[in-house]
Amino acid sequence: MSDVQILTGNQAAAYAVKLCKVQVISAYPITPSTPVTETLSQWVERDELKAEYVRVESEHSVMTVCISASTVGARVFTSTSSHGLLYMHEQLHWAAGSRLPVVLACVNRGVGAPWSIFNDQQDSIAQRDTGWIQIYCRNNQEILDSLIQAYRIAEQVYCPVMVCYDGFILSHTMMPVQIPDAEQVCRFLPPYKPHTILSPEDPRNINPVIFPWQRRDAEGVLRDGYMDMRWKLQHALEGSRDVIVETGRRFAEMFGRDHGGMLWTDRAQDAEVLLVSMGSLASEATVAVDLLREQGVRAGLVGIRVYRPFPRQEVREVFGKAPAIIVFEKNISYGYEGALCSDIKAALYETGIQTPIHNFIAGLGGRDVKARELAEAVRSSLAAIGSGEREKQTWLNCVTE
Amino acid sequence: MKEDKDENISAMCKPAAGEAGKTGDWRDATPVIDRKKCIPSVKNRAACYLCWLYCPEGIVTAGVPVEIDLDYCKGCGICAEECPAKAITMVIHEEGKS
Amino acid sequence: MPDKLFKVHENEYIMPGNRACSGCGLTIAYRFLLKALGPNTIMTLPASCLTVLHGLYPITSVSIPCLNCTFASTAASGSGLAAGLAALNRSDITVVAIAGDGGTFDIGIQALSGAAERGTDFIFVCYDNEGYMNTGTQRSSATPAGALTTTTPVLTKQQNKKDMMKIMEAHDIPYLASTSAAFPLDLYDKFVKAKRIKGTRYIQIATPCPPGWAFQPRDTVKIGRLAVETGIVALYEIEDGKFRFTGRSKTLAEKGNRAPVVNFVERQGRFRKMSMEQLGQMQRWVDNKWSEYLRRAAE
Repeated sequence: MSDVQILTGNQAAAYAVKLCKVQVISAYPITPSTPVTETLSQWVERDELKAEYVRVESEHSVMTVCISASTVGARVFTSTSSHGLLYMHEQLHWAAGSRLPVVLACVNRGVGAPWSIFNDQQDSIAQRDTGWIQIYCRNNQEILDSLIQAYRIAEQVYCPVMVCYDGFILSHTMMPVQIPDAEQVCRFLPPYKPHTILSPEDPRNINPVIFPWQRRDAEGVLRDGYMDMRWKLQHALEGSRDVIVETGRRFAEMFGRDHGGMLWTDRAQDAEVLLVSMGSLASEATVAVDLLREQGVRAGLVGIRVYRPFPRQEVREVFGKAPAIIVFEKNISYGYEGALCSDIKAALYETGIQTPIHNFIAGLGGRDVKARELAEAVRSSLAAIGSGEREKQTWLNCVTE
Repeated sequence: MKEDKDENISAMCKPAAGEAGKTGDWRDATPVIDRKKCIPSVKNRAACYLCWLYCPEGIVTAGVPVEIDLDYCKGCGICAEECPAKAITMVIHEEGKS
Repeated sequence: MPDKLFKVHENEYIMPGNRACSGCGLTIAYRFLLKALGPNTIMTLPASCLTVLHGLYPITSVSIPCLNCTFASTAASGSGLAAGLAALNRSDITVVAIAGDGGTFDIGIQALSGAAERGTDFIFVCYDNEGYMNTGTQRSSATPAGALTTTTPVLTKQQNKKDMMKIMEAHDIPYLASTSAAFPLDLYDKFVKAKRIKGTRYIQIATPCPPGWAFQPRDTVKIGRLAVETGIVALYEIEDGKFRFTGRSKTLAEKGNRAPVVNFVERQGRFRKMSMEQLGQMQRWVDNKWSEYLRRAAE
């Protein structure tokens, strides 16, 4: 039986952790992810959730605890934001290099200096090259469902998964969320079987120094060098696309909710202009598409759900016929452009598609982005494209001169 | 023939001797035990074994007589230095010979 | 001596043909601490000399399971192992986190303080070779004043060694011990004892380093012994707050015949630029420590 509750994004995340029977939780509070850790603490202390809760002194230690507990075979969880995620950076690499199915809820927040507690996606986008799968959520239901899916994906492909959702906009906003039946979640998510062996019964040394070249072990088997090991991680992430899509499909079958595999579209079929975004900004863009359609502009929308591995093929298919693409994103790769915009351009290379692409950097550090403003931005871009401006970067609602 | 491919997806090692090869090659002096002075040999029973105690490599066999595994002895000379009977001499290798 | 020696577990957990330097003090210490801990143990360790001893992929020289971790994270890694094992009902396994003085006194101190404050059920071991030896003898906060390192190459280190034992004791943990690679049986006994205690246990081992301290590999045990004879290193344990000298230090305390620190200093190249003033300062540093030890031992 499933029931509907009115939950914040953070509460939805905590419910997912409970349903997935996570065995070890470690966290360090940071706004706006703090309520996840508080809710889970409460459940553990009340014995409503049977898990070891390790209240460490820093985020660096948080990810370390997750890594070590996962290595011995426990299902682990943490949540963090912004500087917490950045402080974990070294350990994010270590988790992925160790091929551990750690699941992390990243409650997206801007990065200092100066301090901002408000939302953008600079924190998680800055971690895109750490070897983690990244899923971005539109609403609180997706947070809960994506976290459950995250464990199934992570434990199949042995790669860590970061489920990202926007700070305050989702984390502290209440929405109706359907809580799936616990037994059904158990059937969807089989127990975690580690690939690592760290046990006195069969002593191994895990993650020592490795040579650049291959080397034979004592039994004569030729073992990987550093680069071969790295290729396996790349191969696993590339290969996880099928697992992600299949997991989404299976979830939809069992629970009746389909949030898309790698990406989702809205009125993209006949669109003369395609908007692209991730997370809650993509939800806002849905409203912008409504407005544009009312104004006679045939707009459509693509929501990138999985940012790593990047949906290369899906992007090629969905943008194949679009006359114009406008990317709205809450991050900036300083000295170039928004990271998502670069990735979309790169995916389209050699397809023969010569679509104009405009890039809007929006909502950094919590600056308001309204659907009306997105619609206006699209119209001004279409005018610029009409007068031959094929490439353009704009900082939305920003004093730029 | 074994599958000659690494099935590990992360770096996991099994224990084996000689990870760094036959470390006896590192040696420029070899411990030689004088059984006439070595206490277990003299007493013809288990005794002393300070060479066993202090050997960093754990390659001294505490028996009668005491033996040192020269395949792996790095030639540090701690055994010779610590032997209370001065029964161990470090014999320095000649130039070009090991 | 032999009688006591024979009780030491005969199994060797370090394989021959490992990558440690000839005459390595750490290897002697590691041999005996593993014997004391036995096979139902999981180690975790950061980048350090011990990583080298454990060997390069795909072979390891140590037959005890081990998880390598990043430099700052040793104690947190121990916490993660303890939590994971508790979740899987395997708390019978002894979790041991071991780091050098860099990984303990310096980059690892935050995670260690956190783990100790939480009362993590593990043994944290610091093998103290008084510098960043694996990267080629740079200064650490455990390096004694007056020592040359590659980052104090002209003037020598100007500050005294950090008192890590005191810092750890301030965490109110049930067991702390100071021991030495030159006294393997003292070390062995302390690990046997620590293994039986629950909660956070901290053991610091003085491990002479021939290349880092600039002495001949054959002198490792001698130098280690001199550190104890001069009182620079004291063998003791603090159990539930009660200080107790052990072994040779106990005898030295009873007889009051500590040797002058110069006996230790003069045999090592790292002190070749030490001034007379620094030598005097080191003697006073040792004398002050010992008056405190003696006062506490008498309590």
